[in-house]
Amino acid sequence: MNDPGSQLDGYSLKELSDYLLTSLEGNLREAAILHEQLTIVCDVSFLVRVLTFLRDDAQCQFKQLSDLCGVDYPDRQFRFEIVYHLLSHQYNQRIRVKVRVHEGDPVPSIVKVYSAAGWYEREAWDMYGVYFAEHPDLRRLLTDYGFDGHPLRKDFPLSGYTEVRYDEEQKRVVYEPVTLTQEFRQFDFMSPWEGARYILPDEDTFDPMDDTEGDK
Amino acid sequence: MPGTEIKNFNFNFGPQHPAAHGVLRLVLEMDGEVCERADPHIGLLHRGTEKLIEHKNYLQALPYFDRLDYVSVMGQEHCFSLAVEKLVGCKVPLRGQYIRVLFHEITRILNHLLQIGTNALDIGAMTPFLWMFEEREKLMGFYEQVSGARLHAAYIRPGGVHQDMPSGMIEDIQKWAENFPSIIDDVETLLTDNRIWKQRNVDIGVVTPEQALDWGFSGVMLRGSGIAWDLRKSQPYDVYEAMDFDVPIGKNGDCYDRYLLRVEELRQSLRIIAQCLEELPGGPVMVEDQKLAPPRRMEMKRSMEALIHHFKLYTEGYRVPEGETYTAVEAPKGEFGVYLVADGTNRPHRCKIRAPGFAHLQGLDFMAKGHQLADLVACIASMDIVFGEVDR
Repeated sequence: MNDPGSQLDGYSLKELSDYLLTSLEGNLREAAILHEQLTIVCDVSFLVRVLTFLRDDAQCQFKQLSDLCGVDYPDRQFRFEIVYHLLSHQYNQRIRVKVRVHEGDPVPSIVKVYSAAGWYEREAWDMYGVYFAEHPDLRRLLTDYGFDGHPLRKDFPLSGYTEVRYDEEQKRVVYEPVTLTQEFRQFDFMSPWEGARYILPDEDTFDPMDDTEGDK
Repeated sequence: MPGTEIKNFNFNFGPQHPAAHGVLRLVLEMDGEVCERADPHIGLLHRGTEKLIEHKNYLQALPYFDRLDYVSVMGQEHCFSLAVEKLVGCKVPLRGQYIRVLFHEITRILNHLLQIGTNALDIGAMTPFLWMFEEREKLMGFYEQVSGARLHAAYIRPGGVHQDMPSGMIEDIQKWAENFPSIIDDVETLLTDNRIWKQRNVDIGVVTPEQALDWGFSGVMLRGSGIAWDLRKSQPYDVYEAMDFDVPIGKNGDCYDRYLLRVEELRQSLRIIAQCLEELPGGPVMVEDQKLAPPRRMEMKRSMEALIHHFKLYTEGYRVPEGETYTAVEAPKGEFGVYLVADGTNRPHRCKIRAPGFAHLQGLDFMAKGHQLADLVACIASMDIVFGEVDR
């Protein structure tokens, strides 16, 4: 009951996935269904074409961009992932489109395909520093005027670098480096919560090569 | 004055303005009294919620959702809980699901009461605001009874709801629900056919169905333009499938239609509340799996194992298997979504919050074009903007 969208209104996600793989042949890198949601990955250069197809094709009709965001994976070869969530009201389907980019590589703006992308792309630029080529108005959106850095990157500290306060003598708000009155604490508690992976071997049945027993 | 060149006038609306519904700075370009361009500068209430959530475990992340849109609190908790449950793969007990739906609808009424009240206040009618806040007080009393908090409840949690409802509460809600329709009627006699109210709302801020889709509008903003779409019907979660209710649709896509929809949604929410109370089954309200939900207080006094579970849950929290999901609910303001990326640890790798108000406010520029300044205020009020969710 909690999982909408598996086989609704005519066709299933598997059918949609197969359909997209055939009709967008060569433009898609992969398609996968996880938690009853379809994810397709495409190259940056094909992005606008793929999204336009998804919007206009009679079998897709993804007329709405629900969400657009960046994700930072510092360990991966392509550091940033830009994730687009589309919604088709006609077929009651959702789809997730991803592109992967290196740090500093531009992503084509999709404002011409979905007007709603304007602010979402500004936000992603603000938060991750991913540049959207041909965006009509790529300014920072959420951070302060004159802010430096991209706060949602994993290497940006939670406390930030500057803090503001009102200075009584200068009669204005001043920016200063962050001073923490107490040391920044980050607990992770990553302990063997599921119990130890080893159990005391039972002499009769113990098999040193069998690891599955310790999963309890 | 022939030959005189008239320049457009640029000025700020806000960030301190009572009709801006919070800290909105609008840079307006005006041609006389007519708005040519509206450029909203947002982010004055940006608190870095998404960054903070990446540094907290899943249970600690939940209260941040109360503080996004602070008038539809439980709708957002509901969305985050559904997202975590989807990744963990747990099924909420039926009673828990009913209570969630019940409180989601109470939240919807809370939100629409505030919207209609402040909308009328912006336009110059004081009385509905006072009447509706009286009702809000009663509803927040229900919040307090189940969670101990009137606003930031943290009541709906991954796995169910935190506690069962206290005894006698069903009767309390029923008693309130009997009286409430007369309040809606009272407000309607003041507003619906009111000449001034109509002059200020009819044909103001018209959104065509194409625009509504293109700009990512959802909820009342989408239905007001005549698109029959409600996630409670089309992609039902929890027990919404079993509920009998209607989804009102607008025709003209103007502020007046959106007002009518909200009034009707109040009545429909009442229907859902009545059904929930009537059909409310017995049983647990939270999953029994102690790797996800804390043990009961009484058990902790007797069982060592329960004590350990409690300690581990409130220090380390639980681990969520690797995966990602986009889960959306029909929050009072529209589609509220959470894109959650889990990396197998006890903290989310990424939690993107899709706030309905963000998309709506972006559309202010095209909605306000050609309107007078006072109508701009009606547009903002009709979008139902709350800055907690726009700025995050």
